Amino acid sequence: QMERMIVSMQDPDMGIKMRNQRLLITVIPHAMTGNDIVEWLIQKYGISEEGECPVTGSWHQGVTGAAEPPRSPQSLSAESLHLGNLIVKHGYIYPLKDPRSLVLRADESPYRFQTPYFWTSTKWPATELDYGRCRRAAGTNTGTDPFPAPLSATASLAAIYLAKKNIRKQGDLIEHEKDNYNLLHKRINHTWDFVVMQAREQLRAAKQRRRGDRIVIDCQEQAYWLVNRPPPGAPNVLEQGPERRNCHTTRVQLTKNMDYYKREIEYCRKAMARTRVKSSICLEGYIKFNEQYVPHDPIMSGCLPSNPWITDDTTYWAMNAPTVTNPTKLRVERWGFNFSELINDPLGRAQLLEFLKKEFSAENLSFWEACEELRYGEQSRIAEIVDSIYQQFLAPGATRWVNIDSKTMERTLEGIKTPHRYVMDDAQMHIYMLMKKDSYPRFLKSDLYKNLLAEAIIPPETKKRVFPFMRKQRHSSPSPALLLPAGDAEERSRSPSTAPVPEEES
Amino acid sequence: MDQTFLAIVFGPCDKCSKEKPLRPVSVKSEQRSYCSLCVEMGLKLHGLIPPGALLINRYLPGQSFDEGLSNHQLFAVHQVAERVEALGQFVMKTRRTLKGHGNKVLCMDWCKDKRRIVSSSQDGKVIVWDSFTTNKEHAVTMPCTWVMACAYAPSGCAIACGGLDNKCSVYPLTFEKNENMAAKKKSVAMHTNYLSACSFTNSDMQILTASGDGTCALWDVESGQLLQSFHGHGADVLCLDLAPSETGNTFVSGGCDKKAMVWDMRSGQCVQSFETHDSDINSVRYYPSGDAFASGSDDATCRLYDLRADREVAIYSKESIIFGASSVDFSLSGRLLFAGYNDYTINVWDVLKGSRVSILFGHENRVSTLRVSPDGTAFCSGSWDHTLRVSA
Repeated sequence: QMERMIVSMQDPDMGIKMRNQRLLITVIPHAMTGNDIVEWLIQKYGISEEGECPVTGSWHQGVTGAAEPPRSPQSLSAESLHLGNLIVKHGYIYPLKDPRSLVLRADESPYRFQTPYFWTSTKWPATELDYGRCRRAAGTNTGTDPFPAPLSATASLAAIYLAKKNIRKQGDLIEHEKDNYNLLHKRINHTWDFVVMQAREQLRAAKQRRRGDRIVIDCQEQAYWLVNRPPPGAPNVLEQGPERRNCHTTRVQLTKNMDYYKREIEYCRKAMARTRVKSSICLEGYIKFNEQYVPHDPIMSGCLPSNPWITDDTTYWAMNAPTVTNPTKLRVERWGFNFSELINDPLGRAQLLEFLKKEFSAENLSFWEACEELRYGEQSRIAEIVDSIYQQFLAPGATRWVNIDSKTMERTLEGIKTPHRYVMDDAQMHIYMLMKKDSYPRFLKSDLYKNLLAEAIIPPETKKRVFPFMRKQRHSSPSPALLLPAGDAEERSRSPSTAPVPEEES
Repeated sequence: MDQTFLAIVFGPCDKCSKEKPLRPVSVKSEQRSYCSLCVEMGLKLHGLIPPGALLINRYLPGQSFDEGLSNHQLFAVHQVAERVEALGQFVMKTRRTLKGHGNKVLCMDWCKDKRRIVSSSQDGKVIVWDSFTTNKEHAVTMPCTWVMACAYAPSGCAIACGGLDNKCSVYPLTFEKNENMAAKKKSVAMHTNYLSACSFTNSDMQILTASGDGTCALWDVESGQLLQSFHGHGADVLCLDLAPSETGNTFVSGGCDKKAMVWDMRSGQCVQSFETHDSDINSVRYYPSGDAFASGSDDATCRLYDLRADREVAIYSKESIIFGASSVDFSLSGRLLFAGYNDYTINVWDVLKGSRVSILFGHENRVSTLRVSPDGTAFCSGSWDHTLRVSA
């Protein structure tokens, strides 16, 4: 995709204007300044904000709507500078002035487009010296052995390049180049004479060219090798993650047998029968959700007393801890958004329990909790948990009998005979809906909730410190891993940061 | 397909001559039939629509809004979002930089206590940090390189990780001086290719994994037993995310076959699938309400898919972004989408308006992983430049 951008840059009409640039005393044709590049990128970037994309012809790209906040010229150029820099780092444009460093400077320094021959995506043809292009082995590129064996076309060319340099500089190569040179020498010892001969030939041919051309060719080569054989310590832009889509043998194949097609048919049938909601309604949903939640989003609306990451003050976390005696107003309000907010907050759930006790339906919540334990619990304990649920909640005459409709009860009791993880799902859903549709609205109207709201605190904003450079002490907190049920937490909770950090080998 | 209430005529457009569904339009008091694209362009020229506003079929005031007829017109989000306020200037800075990995950081996850994180890297090291103080609390060296997946248990007492070893291992976290963390390690998942993603469900006792062998699987941690496997992707599965819904029974996965698939955990069947990306999907993340999810892909776009409407509803892309998105996450309210890219930057998108709010620089190599903290106060990004940064 970078190449598409490069091609449009070189477009005679819309591309960057290239002129003869001066480099010291020589004139280099077809070059451009760093500034030109940045400007062009800004321009192009500006174009794509309008809405119509002449390049792709579709409505997809770059449409922003009038709401995009006006970008300051600095931010625009920061982005284009960054992008330009990446283009240089990947070797599509190379600098003429300081060829050792692949960096884009937004000034008068001259640059040129790299010939497609040297593009990173160009595949090099095999030579007699090689067995085919070797890809870098995924995951084993340790960096000390830069050249894969057997010898590839690039290695032999690298050898020629370094030999040339060696001859020209009369042995005065940079450290890592020397290392590479020696390594290569060892590798292709048998054809070393050939290499040296090639190098000499190329140098001689070069002498016959004009100075301008020579500089250009030198810089071209230099840039190419900087990209493909980066000096130690410099990031290698050609690195990729582990190979994907390899090893078809390890792929779990979808055998296209009867079962597979049956499932496909079932899937398609379900897909066709599914009710689809109109997009407009879904989008209304997003907007509503957004309106509700934005005041609670610390990144959007800030948080009181302050965002701990910004001020180093952990009061916010202390005030919103899972179990706290005085919840904040925002938190209590959130319980009113929907039932899952209430039940998923430990404090909210405790309040719900209190309320249900008053209504004599507390067993519903306990049943639901027990079912959750079953669903997410250990495989080995399933039978045990199912039995305990039955005894406590479902058996006739049970102490905390839950009120489920007879059909569901029948199905559940039948299912208990062969207990599995999801056997309580129907019953659990029934009770959940009962709580949600029945108890929850009453909870929101209850005095209990109203009192909670009234007593909930709004933490004051931390006053800006007078001496901002005095950083607050950052205290560590006890790790949750220390909160063992056995109560060991007390002994160890004081200063876990002083505990040794063992480096473990496995 | 939804019902449409207008009788649509199909034929050659009077302006561009393409065969398309046509709308009656009056131009200089003459009746013409234009295709919808030409109508929009015409209205823009006449200044009836502000530049940049995107429409679908609602081009004459008073006409009812109805569904898009073709796949080209996908930006319903913006239309409805015209009513939403624009975001002001956005300032986020790096507040903490975690240095200590000797090689590329590949994955990270937050602990529920909102400050601890676990991160894994190419050299096999998995580190648990208290990112607030930047102290390292635990460190484990895995026997394989490229640990591409790591996850924190909901209780905060264990971590899971895996990569090129094709397995997912769970390590209980311990502070005991003489304990070797590796001794208590449990090998939970076994795949036939690399592990690309893993996540605990609501408890410490179940793990969901995604692998390069094209499958996802649900495992019981204690026994290592396979509880359910999910087949359907045609290529490597690269990412997954669990739904925050009340019933908590589904999850979404994205893979190299350009598809994002939603699965029912109980039956192992695929419930919905979306295939509009042009390249590998690197990351999927649910919208906080659970009704939609976003995906980031190598085709340099992020897209929002709605589950109830069963389609893509927004694309977040820009011509100047040519590198793939490796990782996406929503802010707490779902208004912002943070996306880390392979061009070393993080772009912040306004989900409702479809526009970019901000671009964050700072990393010196590609951003490989990005997660917003559980309470939404900050986000952490890990990169191939060996560091993690927490920004707020």
